[in-house]
Amino acid sequence: MPRYFTEDHEWIEVDGDTGTVGITDYAQSQLGDITFVELPEAGSAVNKGDAPCVVDSVKAASDVYAPVSGTVTESNAALEGEPELVNNDAETGGWLFRLTLSDPAELDGLMDKAAYDEFVKGL
Amino acid sequence: MSGVNASGWRPEMGSAEAADMATASGDKGLMLEEPLIFELAAPGTTGVDIDAPGAQPLASLGKFLRKDMAALPGLSEPETVRHYTRLSRQNYAIDLGPFPLGSCTMKHNPRLNEKVARLPGFADVHPLAPQQTVSGALEAINQLAFWLIELTGMHGVAMSPKAGAHGELCGVLCIKAALEARGEDRKVLLVPESAHGTNPATAAFAGFTIENIPATDEGRVDFAALEARLGPDVAGVMITNPNTCGLFERDMKRIGDAVHAAGGYVYCDGANFNAIVGKVRPGDLGIDAMHINLHKTFSTPHGGGGPGSGPVVLSEALSPFGPLPYTAKMPDGSVRLVEEENATEMGHSQAFGRMAAFHGQMGMFTRALAYILSHGADGLKQVAEDAVLNANYVLRSLDGELDAPFGASGPCMHEALFSDANLAEGFSTLDIAKGLIDEGFHPMTVYFPLVVHGAMLVEPTETESKAGLDRFIGSLRSLARRARQGDPALKSAPHFAPRRRLDETQAARKPVLAWKGDREA
Amino acid sequence: MRYLPLTGADRAEMLGVIGAATVDDLFVDVPAEARLPGPIAGLPMHASEMAVERHMGALAAKNVSAGSAPFFLGAGAYRHHVPASVDHLIQRGEFLTAYTPYQPEIAQGTLQVLFEFQTQVARLFGVEVANASMYDGSTAAWEAVAMAGRITKRKKAVLCRGLHPHYVGTVRTMAKFTGDVIDYRAPKLEAEPDTAGVISAIDGETSCVVVQYPDILGRIPDLAAIAEAAHAQGALLVAVVTEPVALGLIEAPGNLGADIVVGEGQSLGVGLQFGGPYLGLFGCREKFVRQMPGRLCGETVDAEGKRGYVLTLSTREQHIRREKATSNICTNAGLCALAFSIHMTLLGGEGLGQLARVSHARAQAAAARLARVPGVTVLNHAYVNEFTVILPGDAREAVRAMADRFVLGGVSLGRLYPDASDLAQGLLVCTSELTTDEDIEALGAALEGVLA
Repeated sequence: MPRYFTEDHEWIEVDGDTGTVGITDYAQSQLGDITFVELPEAGSAVNKGDAPCVVDSVKAASDVYAPVSGTVTESNAALEGEPELVNNDAETGGWLFRLTLSDPAELDGLMDKAAYDEFVKGL
Repeated sequence: MSGVNASGWRPEMGSAEAADMATASGDKGLMLEEPLIFELAAPGTTGVDIDAPGAQPLASLGKFLRKDMAALPGLSEPETVRHYTRLSRQNYAIDLGPFPLGSCTMKHNPRLNEKVARLPGFADVHPLAPQQTVSGALEAINQLAFWLIELTGMHGVAMSPKAGAHGELCGVLCIKAALEARGEDRKVLLVPESAHGTNPATAAFAGFTIENIPATDEGRVDFAALEARLGPDVAGVMITNPNTCGLFERDMKRIGDAVHAAGGYVYCDGANFNAIVGKVRPGDLGIDAMHINLHKTFSTPHGGGGPGSGPVVLSEALSPFGPLPYTAKMPDGSVRLVEEENATEMGHSQAFGRMAAFHGQMGMFTRALAYILSHGADGLKQVAEDAVLNANYVLRSLDGELDAPFGASGPCMHEALFSDANLAEGFSTLDIAKGLIDEGFHPMTVYFPLVVHGAMLVEPTETESKAGLDRFIGSLRSLARRARQGDPALKSAPHFAPRRRLDETQAARKPVLAWKGDREA
Repeated sequence: MRYLPLTGADRAEMLGVIGAATVDDLFVDVPAEARLPGPIAGLPMHASEMAVERHMGALAAKNVSAGSAPFFLGAGAYRHHVPASVDHLIQRGEFLTAYTPYQPEIAQGTLQVLFEFQTQVARLFGVEVANASMYDGSTAAWEAVAMAGRITKRKKAVLCRGLHPHYVGTVRTMAKFTGDVIDYRAPKLEAEPDTAGVISAIDGETSCVVVQYPDILGRIPDLAAIAEAAHAQGALLVAVVTEPVALGLIEAPGNLGADIVVGEGQSLGVGLQFGGPYLGLFGCREKFVRQMPGRLCGETVDAEGKRGYVLTLSTREQHIRREKATSNICTNAGLCALAFSIHMTLLGGEGLGQLARVSHARAQAAAARLARVPGVTVLNHAYVNEFTVILPGDAREAVRAMADRFVLGGVSLGRLYPDASDLAQGLLVCTSELTTDEDIEALGAALEGVLA
């Protein structure tokens, strides 16, 4: 399944018109121990650039931006009892939420893995 | 010879070898562990002798009666005194040594203040007592109000806010009320990136949108950027002066003039007033409102986190909107409370409302008044000068040891700011802070302001002796060296405190906020 | 000057190290016109400790302290006997002059006290969690309304008639700025609180119902019935307790369905102090904990596995969340929370129960005596240690006249509701374990005297 990345360290994996969103391993390593994740409700509409999700560490709260627009279909319930999943497995098991894309053309502006890895090297 | 030591006691020095041994009690000499009160006694006990009620409760209370007493133990007086005394010994405090927390002004808390606050005529008086029976209390509030107005060169003061953040809210709400009275709905407040977190939190609560003002390379507000942003949608600016980098905003008057010309107001966060008290009047710099932290500049005790008191001085433009209640001096010299019922009669019909029950933190007013009377105008000016002298002494004494991002731009005010540049790879401000604990000091403020990486903000205050400062500087030099060289022992500091580093991740992931020992299945 | 340790020699040496000629060189960034040349004109110079004591003593002497006269005032600030050890312990320098416990390794004293305090408040209120205190009961009540709004995403709060008018004023002031709609009507001189009226005001737009318990007239609302009605509409019940000693006798609000319980802790350990500093208490159901304002202390372990305590869930607060914080609050009421906790530790739940019963029994005795005063009726069917009497004439006048006779005879409703002529004859009378038979007789005689 194709996976795209943003400069704010979100990833989105697309399957048809469903996207799964998470933060990258690089992002979780910068945040430190994650203590809580505030997740969006199913059915809520998000626009590209909104912050439907907040990732808390002990001393910081970081907004996670929606890489594309759409409607949230579900959030990762496992994170409620185990926020550390985002630290341990940010790019698969630590996924944050899923949404139905309203405008797949928005994916065109995002990076692929190679481009993202280059981007991170330059930071 | 007479008896050859019948008691058998022969003092011996013993060996000097350090022993790392466990004790049966878990205590080690004067390092005392202390359980929770719930672990010391079971519910059902009480340590107070209370007379029998002498009557059954009203029959009409029948259905309301509490079925189970709150499941809490009561300890006897000896157990209670021992519990809290043992706990107190696990706390660092100003009374123990320097407490160089930038922005907190941890100065000595004079004991005279405690004595006068406890006079029955102040401590044992009800806020709703008929005013003729509390004229001295009202006068005391009014005297403090007078001093605060004179020291700041402002027009009026709202005494009721309960703490600094509450005072910020008061000032911002006065601005909002003033704009409304002019029929204007300006939505934006400009706040420097270096501002204390309460500033944007307060502004957001009051319904404003915050926009950041960038800083110059010299750590001050970028006046050009600020001026460019002013407009009919800008309600004003929230500025800390001296700012959170410990620097005086040289453009303060220009900022005030520009903001006023654009129809806005200037809120000044007075947390750092200690740098200029008695020497500079913020009113002369064109501010409209400033909260004063009585628990910072005016020595009322921090008490482990509170209570505070945050009176707000107001300009002539904002005074009409100050909240109720407040005290007013009448022509006959008496002092009256101005509350909702007599506000209009007293010419104050535009108050934005009431911020809290009753009329302010009286216990802090009496302490602050005693402090101010003790220092007087000359003493307060000396306070500011010594506070600034002490901070600059620390700043320059650490030349070459710690990076001072604004050290080259001139003197600092009452606090010195350092960054974590020059520390060895993998070493951080946190390690220096924890190392300071082992040295016997409370760490400086760390990771604030956000505009400097790994910020360390040191505010010695004027009540630190030179000898005390020299000891502190010596420790900070040693720690800076160890951090630059990458001493691994720093990573596991503190070693000598009652606790090692605590697992804050676990505390946040699985919060345990109350004792449940008697409720586990 | 006795609080300033630097000597002239110190200052000179330090200026040398800094490389400045005079201390004024350090103020170079202050515009010359703003830098005052000398001490501010017109203000007194420094004074000796003795002189300040004399000055403050003279001001204090002009006030009639509650202990020096028969005393019956309540209405949100209560006078109980505080055991002598409380004040000694809070004056230990390690408590008095400590800071917020942001460096937990050297603040376990403060932190453990907060953990014990949170537990005591939660159990007193019948809820699962409580925070490390707010400024006072009135601001805690507002914060509860704001919190209910965040949880329910609704904007209308129903305030019961019996909520302290200063609390109503505070909530109304804050609501002006958040856009919350406040539904409130002044109380009536009726023997029972208007439960039906409160319930009929709850609808699908209501975020919370705020009910004071006991209420401003000393009456006891039916929290269980109101909770049921609120929950049926998806609203929360916020209970407000201004006299925690009452909870030694009547059921805890959390056990009756309250979702958020706030209150004023002043009556235990803190003292009257002419209105402040007081102690905001704030508790709620565990599922709402991340929406709670204020500091929270939690249990954890250190690197050696020893149990310890830290401030936690800080991402709710202003220093991290800034404009998205649950509240702008920074300071709590630390030392007052300590005093409350020590007093509560001495009492225990058992002692609090006894204290409540005695305070209530004194109220019964006072009510009986006042009922014998010609023209005076006791309003309440039920009360704990505060009740309302109806006088034949204006109660505010009566209170002033009694004060002239050296009796502090209660709080007139006119003092609290100056515009409500229908309440003008109401007088709130409060007792505690400190109220003696002589006090009660003095009140009765004084009232008879002023009404004659």
